[in-house]
Amino acid sequence: MNNAERRIIICAGTGCVANGSLKVYEEFKRILGEKNIPVTLEFKKEEHNHDGIRISKSGCQGFCQMGPLVTIMPQEILYTKVKPEDVNEIIDTTIIGAGIVDRLLYVEPATKKHCTGPNDIPFYQRQSRTVLKECGFIDPESIDEYMSHGGYEQANRAFTKLSAKDICDEISFSGLRGRGGGGFPTGKKWELTRVQPGPKKYVICNGDEGDPGAFMDRSVMEGNPHSVIEGVIIACKAIGADQSYIYVRAEYPLAVQRMRKAVQDAYERGILGKGVFGTVNKIDCEVMEGAGAFVCGEETALIASITGKRGMPSPKPPFPAQKGLWDKPTVINNVETLATVPLIMKNGAAAFKKIGTEKSPGTKTFALTGHVSNTGLIEVPFGATLREVVHNIGGGVTDDKGNITPEGFKAVQIGGPSGGCLTKEHLDLSLDFDSLRSVGAMVGSGGLVVMNHQTCMVQIARFFMQFTQNESCGKCVLCREGTQQMLALLDDIIEGRATGETLKLLETLAWAVQKGSLCGLGKTAPNPILSTMKNFRAEYEAHVFQKRCPTRRCKALCLPVIDAAKCKGCTACVKQCPVGAITGERKMPHVIDASKCIKCGACIKVCKFNAIGI
Amino acid sequence: MSKVKNTEIPKFKKVCEILARYNNDSSKLIPILQAVQDEYRYLPEEIMTFIATSVKIPPASVYGVATFYAHFSLEPKGKYIVKLCDGTACHVKNSIPILEAIRENLNLNEKTKTTPDMLFTVETVSCLGACGLAPVVVINDDVHGQMTPEKALALLEDIKRKESVQ
Repeated sequence: MNNAERRIIICAGTGCVANGSLKVYEEFKRILGEKNIPVTLEFKKEEHNHDGIRISKSGCQGFCQMGPLVTIMPQEILYTKVKPEDVNEIIDTTIIGAGIVDRLLYVEPATKKHCTGPNDIPFYQRQSRTVLKECGFIDPESIDEYMSHGGYEQANRAFTKLSAKDICDEISFSGLRGRGGGGFPTGKKWELTRVQPGPKKYVICNGDEGDPGAFMDRSVMEGNPHSVIEGVIIACKAIGADQSYIYVRAEYPLAVQRMRKAVQDAYERGILGKGVFGTVNKIDCEVMEGAGAFVCGEETALIASITGKRGMPSPKPPFPAQKGLWDKPTVINNVETLATVPLIMKNGAAAFKKIGTEKSPGTKTFALTGHVSNTGLIEVPFGATLREVVHNIGGGVTDDKGNITPEGFKAVQIGGPSGGCLTKEHLDLSLDFDSLRSVGAMVGSGGLVVMNHQTCMVQIARFFMQFTQNESCGKCVLCREGTQQMLALLDDIIEGRATGETLKLLETLAWAVQKGSLCGLGKTAPNPILSTMKNFRAEYEAHVFQKRCPTRRCKALCLPVIDAAKCKGCTACVKQCPVGAITGERKMPHVIDASKCIKCGACIKVCKFNAIGI
Repeated sequence: MSKVKNTEIPKFKKVCEILARYNNDSSKLIPILQAVQDEYRYLPEEIMTFIATSVKIPPASVYGVATFYAHFSLEPKGKYIVKLCDGTACHVKNSIPILEAIRENLNLNEKTKTTPDMLFTVETVSCLGACGLAPVVVINDDVHGQMTPEKALALLEDIKRKESVQ
């Protein structure tokens, strides 16, 4: 790629598309055409110096909240929140002239500094984008562009120069661990599958990212689908498979569409199919849409789903490495794991090991969301601290209105329904597989949800329990019945029926479900409860013993209060109250009798002066 | 004498095409059901039975798969499918009041998800992966980010207005 190439990149990740980036793209095309400025839309391999400006759409650039994003190359100017109306000015000022449209730059909230591009935006500065490096830059729908960046060279090398054992050794040596949640060493998984006898083996790419609060797999599949396919091809060679599946969540239509196109293009170029890279080998790859079942993240359930059955897990052993899809040895890797593989092959395992921590090498993408100033997709080396992520990259914690509050940080939920909550005391904890597990959380697929002081932790625990209860496949009793009962106990706490016994019972049950469930879904389902009970014990106790919700989020525990200054004494609430708890004279402020009130909230709804609140 | 119109025939013709595309292979049951659902917007019972016979598995197995996965619907859905994301990010940014406002406006609840005029179906999804824009509402394929109850109701009103004109 010629660095001097003039180029306008419009982010077309899900977030920016939702904010109207495709309209911005069309507007660029239209106005450049009107001004007779030559434009190229297709990437041309042979011609580095296009005679015009290239306009392209990219995958997710990560800075979702600031979208639609427009990057102008080679100056690396990043314009944020661009609207079609702004396009004309950008063209006049930056494309024809050499100036910058100041009002479209990102302004750092703390210092009010106008940042011209990723190089001086703290959100990008402090990341190490490796797997995501080309997401948001290259055109995900152009195989030529991927190849011009050295794409498929490692797959080629794997087939023409390396033995299967060489590849397994290299990946084992790199220390790469699965990015899907469990953190199992990838090289070991491949080696176990490689040594299995038999000619038929399979590789499955797990793109069924069902964790609420996580979208990194989505971004990789949408932003750089060929890197996933290259990882799949290398895995096929490493274990001796000739058939692969890429299982993508149906809720991600754009990812499905881009993966399908990428696979089709790879077939057309002879990268997939018969005689790959001039060898006698054959690699087939099929994209399959998931149908909405979180439990399919579990290897054995995913296999059942590919064969057209209900996605129910089966006991391990036998492991998929021994007996997987159609009883043949099978490797299942997560999207991000596979996208990392070509990079390890390219730069060498030794280079990979230099980043991250000793036992968790490399980088990890996280979906940073919740009450934080900069939400979006980030990538940091393992070993980065929560403080760096939340305060430096995330730009600080916000209150419910979106303003930054220095003291607002309450907790971070990490790893989705399998993970746990971290608190202030964990702010300097190293983010890696082992240290997170030691405090009862886990990397999971990498959702990082920041929560401020206005969040009720019991409600958060209930939220995750509701999710796992819904998603439990029902095969084993402890998970099926246990999650249901834990949910009921949490409801008791939230609705004010709980006693000290409830808390004890909840802990015992959580322990039992953790020990006795068949698969990862059940085994990790109690994590959000156990970690919130451990870290926010006082909040649980306030709900149970004082019948009070400290954040005033649990309606049943919050007595409505009449603001005497706002109350006009219209008596609307008196007429509405089903139990006659509200009294007062007409045209005078009313009061609520706490002993009679059933906390139904009817008075709040009926008050025209917003005088009643909880 | 007028001919008896058999409305069932074109119905099954489409299914036969889909089944042929997947070689009546029972391991392709999920893609088959997805294709059928794309066609009819839900999985009609007689079609599920027809598929079972065609791919040579018991109807109970087809029904079992159709009820297991959240993506499949056994009931007809409205013209506009309003999906409220209730993933963690959306949840902590107050997605529930939006759901309540939408349901109240359309007179729906947890059990009744589709309006009697078949215009709207309201459902929640666990995560749409657009967490940076939380809270998110998706109407058919259009993603609407940073929602509030007021903005969501305005979207519904727009649709209603558009529909009443047509």
